[in-house]
Amino acid sequence: MRLAMRLAILAHLLTVLLLAPLSASAAPGDALTIPASVQIQPAELAAMLKAGDTPPILQVGFSVMYQQAHIPNSQYAGPGNKDDGLLNLKSHVDALPRDRLVVIYCGCCPWEKCPNIAAAYKQLIGMGFTKVKVLYLASNFGADWVDKGYPVIRGG
Amino acid sequence: MLRVWVAAFLLALTASAHAKTPIKLKPGAGAPQFVRSDLQGHPFDLKTQRGKIVLIDFWASWCPPCIIAIPHLSQLQKKYGARGFQVVGVSMDDSADTVKETMQKIRFNYPVVMGDAKLGNLYGGVLGLPLQFLVGADGKILAIRSGAFAPTALDSKIAAALAERRE
Repeated sequence: MRLAMRLAILAHLLTVLLLAPLSASAAPGDALTIPASVQIQPAELAAMLKAGDTPPILQVGFSVMYQQAHIPNSQYAGPGNKDDGLLNLKSHVDALPRDRLVVIYCGCCPWEKCPNIAAAYKQLIGMGFTKVKVLYLASNFGADWVDKGYPVIRGG
Repeated sequence: MLRVWVAAFLLALTASAHAKTPIKLKPGAGAPQFVRSDLQGHPFDLKTQRGKIVLIDFWASWCPPCIIAIPHLSQLQKKYGARGFQVVGVSMDDSADTVKETMQKIRFNYPVVMGDAKLGNLYGGVLGLPLQFLVGADGKILAIRSGAFAPTALDSKIAAALAERRE
């Protein structure tokens, strides 16, 4: 039994080590570095949308997710864990005044595991945006936005 | 006559809106059928798995908890495969090349097919990973699990489903 447990732990460690190159760009856990003050809760954003206040909203996750469902008026920027995604994000917002409110979201995975959101946030801050809001999706977009009944555009 | 046209238009509009809203699946519902070629080059038809206990694992190479689960799923496949258990991985990656790269780094002993928005919608909308469906021998969903992977709990569920299948 002890041997089985040791083997299981060893297998787990080996997996983590093997996947190091995969997660190098993903950097899961980085989302925890996003300050609470820049996070926006789903209910708050939904209320803004209901009131007709629609800032630029960018999905910085994966296209299969965006194609299935996304926030109305949001644009697909591409994954923040890829250079292409960050470049695409830059091109989406480059013409905007730097004091314009910009909202980004992903929701591909649980918040603390998201490989995209922190990199996208850093990109916008690096570009000089001063009013970036990051949609806080604790579990994922499905559970924390769609299942709550907030507005979505369906596709796929 | 105009009323009839307006009513027909509204009905069509409603029908199209409903068509775009995927039905949220619950345990007891039939697992939607799908046929795809797996990335190992073989056809995978969910219907032909009838009689087995099937675990449909929606995953992606960019999803850290999904990646952590793969060796455990391979272990479950090895442990229960001969007793009528089958794992199928459905990758929600945007590109098959990325998945193939991952498959060179981690050993999979079960088929992996590419998913897409259509398949995601068929399963009620795959709008967050990991997401797993355990399907019974009769093709009905036994359990749905999202979020952090729990190998021990899954192992017990599979063992129970296999025992029940034998009875």
